[in-house]
Amino acid sequence: MSVISLEHVGYRYPLGREDAVHDVSFQVEQGQVCALLGANGSGKTTICNLIRGFIPRFYRGEPTGQVQLAGRPVEQYDDAELTETVGYSFQNPFTQMSGVKDNVREEIAYALENLGVEREAMAARVDAMIDLLHLDDIADANPLELSGGQRQRVAIAAVLVTDPPIVVLDEPTSQLDPQSTEDVFNIIALLKRQGKTVILVEHKIDLVARYSDLVILMEGGRVAMSGPARRVLTDPQVLDHGGQLPEVTRFFLERNKKLGLNDPVPLSVEDAIKRYGRKGA
Amino acid sequence: MAYLELDKVGYTYPNGYQALREVSLSCELGEAVAIIGRNGAGKTTMVKLMNGLLKPTHGRVMVDGTSTDQEDAAHVAAKVGYVFQNPDDQIFQDSIRREIAYGLVKKHVARDRIGGRVAWAAEVCGLGDSLDSHPYDLPFSQRKFVTIASALVMDPQVLILDEPTAGQDRAATDLLAGIIQQVTAMGKTVITISHDMEFVTRHFQRGIVMADRQILMDGPIARIFRDDDLLEQAHLARPYLAQLAQAWGFHDVLTSEDFMAALPQTSLLTNQ
Repeated sequence: MSVISLEHVGYRYPLGREDAVHDVSFQVEQGQVCALLGANGSGKTTICNLIRGFIPRFYRGEPTGQVQLAGRPVEQYDDAELTETVGYSFQNPFTQMSGVKDNVREEIAYALENLGVEREAMAARVDAMIDLLHLDDIADANPLELSGGQRQRVAIAAVLVTDPPIVVLDEPTSQLDPQSTEDVFNIIALLKRQGKTVILVEHKIDLVARYSDLVILMEGGRVAMSGPARRVLTDPQVLDHGGQLPEVTRFFLERNKKLGLNDPVPLSVEDAIKRYGRKGA
Repeated sequence: MAYLELDKVGYTYPNGYQALREVSLSCELGEAVAIIGRNGAGKTTMVKLMNGLLKPTHGRVMVDGTSTDQEDAAHVAAKVGYVFQNPDDQIFQDSIRREIAYGLVKKHVARDRIGGRVAWAAEVCGLGDSLDSHPYDLPFSQRKFVTIASALVMDPQVLILDEPTAGQDRAATDLLAGIIQQVTAMGKTVITISHDMEFVTRHFQRGIVMADRQILMDGPIARIFRDDDLLEQAHLARPYLAQLAQAWGFHDVLTSEDFMAALPQTSLLTNQ
């Protein structure tokens, strides 16, 4: 049974002139990292909102088709169940903070308070998150005074602290420098090892190629391409649908074309070294 | 004297936090300069000092021969436009047209001249078709272009873009590259903070590397990405393709064009 399943899902925002998503179907199995790719406005965030149940609980309107989590339609979940099942980090890190907490430690603990977790267990879990996301030096800072990159890391901590089986990360690294971005991807790899299922919206395609199992490429609200990361992200058609290819992949595709070769097309630096050896030349 | 000069500039916030130690640099008109470095390295503080949003607590910032200390922020901002990291910090009008026109209206520019300038700035920023939309009808990443147009319309000599590549898709990244090219071709200077190393190597010749609230290096991008010690100190990495080239012993390769020329023109498999 798939952890996440969308069957012919369509949805239009109440004041929208056209469908934000149309006839979207895909399944994600437990422990998979599934990347949602595509140009801005192609429907990625709408899919995240459908999986989290924000559509239609917060954004009104009537979705068609069916979204199931662990084999159960998402509309049968009550609010608390959804909160515990799906952790969600929002796209815009500037609006992520609750605005009601005075420091980062309390911000991270906020969801645990709402779930009624005991004080001691709460402190331990918050400390673990501060450690995991390297937040020690800002643990006592006011969340509203943080930089975009700092907020983004606090937001991820606030999501992971409740230990949800499904984690939705909508552009979690957009404000982060290369090092912190790598850190977030290492955390995604860790979540995968813990058996969690991850939905990831991300433009940094080189890292997506290295860390995802499955990719769904959206275009104009529809699924343009989908399948294992290796298959989709080495296919030049991705570019025709507003998607991006990893830098190394793009290079080998161009080189093959220019020289009339059929050399293997790697997905990343590591992959190229694996295929061609330490010294390709 | 260069158009923009920072002479031993430092900044300490009123609460005592020293956000910038001591930096010196100069920029001529028509240059494209990339500022790179990890979060918290002092990049945003430095550019805010360039446009008068912050005044140095020591040293001085000279714009077109005048110290920013001696002018009010609005005068400096007319010469050096700054596009914030978060577009929502500056957007407040109810249509994109009005948002872009706001600065001109406030400056009492003649009504009949406003329309043309707004249309031009919108066109450059890919917003020609959405002038009548509400800014918040656009996704977050596209609102950034509204703020770039709002800065550009004021015709500053220097345009500062704070992390414009954050969260952008391919089309938007290409659009940004086009904006930088057009603006520098007009003889203006563009200073861009970015974490996207491929973008930086493709579109800039000069780079300023910052770490721990000071400048580590100010020089050609090609030299910056050849310097392992510098990259490590600044917590930066080469673009991915350059990493592969490095692993294969091509130390001077930075772009795909370089790499294409450096590799043998036959299958790499037969060479093993």
